[in-house]
Amino acid sequence: MSTVSSIMHVNVAGSTDMNTDSIRPSQPLWLLAELTYRCPLHCAFCYNPTDFAHDATELDTHAWLDVISQARKMGAAQIGFSGGEPLLRDDLETLVAHARGIGFYTNLITSGVGLTETRIAGLKEAGLDHIQLSFQDSTRELNDFVSSTRTFDLKQRVARLIKQHGYPMVLNCVLHRYNLPHVAQIIEMALEMEADYLELANTQYYGWAMLNREQLMPTSEQLREAEATVNQYRERLGNRCRILFVVPDYFEERPKACMNGWGSVFLGIAPDGTALPCHAARSLPGLELPHVRDASLAHIWYESAAFNAFRGDSWMREPCRTCDERAVDHGGCRCQAYLLTGDAAAADPVCSKSPDHDKIEQVVMLARRPARDENVQPLIFRSRENSLRIG
Amino acid sequence: MSSLNAGTDDHARPHLRLMFRLQWETTQDAYVLLYPEGMVKLNPSAGEILARCDGTRKLDDIIDELEDLFGASDLAADVYRFIDHARQRGWLD
Repeated sequence: MSTVSSIMHVNVAGSTDMNTDSIRPSQPLWLLAELTYRCPLHCAFCYNPTDFAHDATELDTHAWLDVISQARKMGAAQIGFSGGEPLLRDDLETLVAHARGIGFYTNLITSGVGLTETRIAGLKEAGLDHIQLSFQDSTRELNDFVSSTRTFDLKQRVARLIKQHGYPMVLNCVLHRYNLPHVAQIIEMALEMEADYLELANTQYYGWAMLNREQLMPTSEQLREAEATVNQYRERLGNRCRILFVVPDYFEERPKACMNGWGSVFLGIAPDGTALPCHAARSLPGLELPHVRDASLAHIWYESAAFNAFRGDSWMREPCRTCDERAVDHGGCRCQAYLLTGDAAAADPVCSKSPDHDKIEQVVMLARRPARDENVQPLIFRSRENSLRIG
Repeated sequence: MSSLNAGTDDHARPHLRLMFRLQWETTQDAYVLLYPEGMVKLNPSAGEILARCDGTRKLDDIIDELEDLFGASDLAADVYRFIDHARQRGWLD
């Protein structure tokens, strides 16, 4: 399981100004280790690439240990073990122990499937700092429907196990038109489980989520109501449980500063060792993504064409090039620009200044259809079979 | 705001909450506060204060140590203010 929004909430005082190409890029701070694309869940909103099943190669233990060491040496301080489901790797404990041993803050991002008493104890011994557990809804029915599994009860057990072992727990729930009306119940569930942090992550439309965009897109009323509910709870809860809720960018007038800027803090490594400047970078054509087998991480980060492709602002076109907000949002998301306009260097069409902004508005309008609409294509679940068929 | 030590017990031994880890990062030349999927880079004084919030020192002792370290004699108000801030952010118990 994985969600795009679970990148680090960086708050770096005096972070390097990335807006002139002559300045040496800052170091990566957040290493996302996507250990495998295998996953027992089949979530229709997954951002993983739809063609993941075509190449099932995975780095071996030795290669991962080396990647982790290199990233730490460069200054990365946070590591996320993700996927797919990282617990499907039986060397997870080894990798966590190594990362923790050299000073990483270690995050496990999991569906909970496979998190047995033995493994959670092993991970504790390895020094794992925190576990982020995904839920798909507060109800068994919807949780099991959107993940196309029967995992609701298992997740409840795993949540108790996480607390018993004294881990800080982040509960993550990806939101879309089906579960947005349940936001209050989802928050209540998180409180009952004593979650320290609740991430209400609105679906971001990449990979499988993009395939299912028409089905998943909420209405602006749903979002407004959910946001009001979240704010009421926030006021009441204070530090007891922090709630993250970000309005999805389709409903904004300005794009998000995707990844805090391309090649700025985020370094993702895909299961096969491909280095990613953002989770969805594989979708961009003509971008030759470097591989950890062929070059050092430092070379990949500082020198490779892919990581430099959208650094600074010299790559920008109008309206970004002369926009006085370009240093704030870096033109938005490159992958979204490509997916919706066909040009990866265009302004993110989420921006109301983009000539393609109407494409966003059309999708948002489409969400106003009646609840049952026979014309909308049924959800396509993330599975190996579907990946081989359509990817 | 100058509401110095409102609600702050001078004899408490402040410590970081479970999910936070304070760490010196050589590449950033600073203390950072690490927590689930996030990080805050601390300025030098914030770093020196939090580095002493380990549950063994009383607030009074922390102030004494910092006044020694910075060669100053009037840091109490600043330290109280920061401790209040850190509690509001949920960093300290």
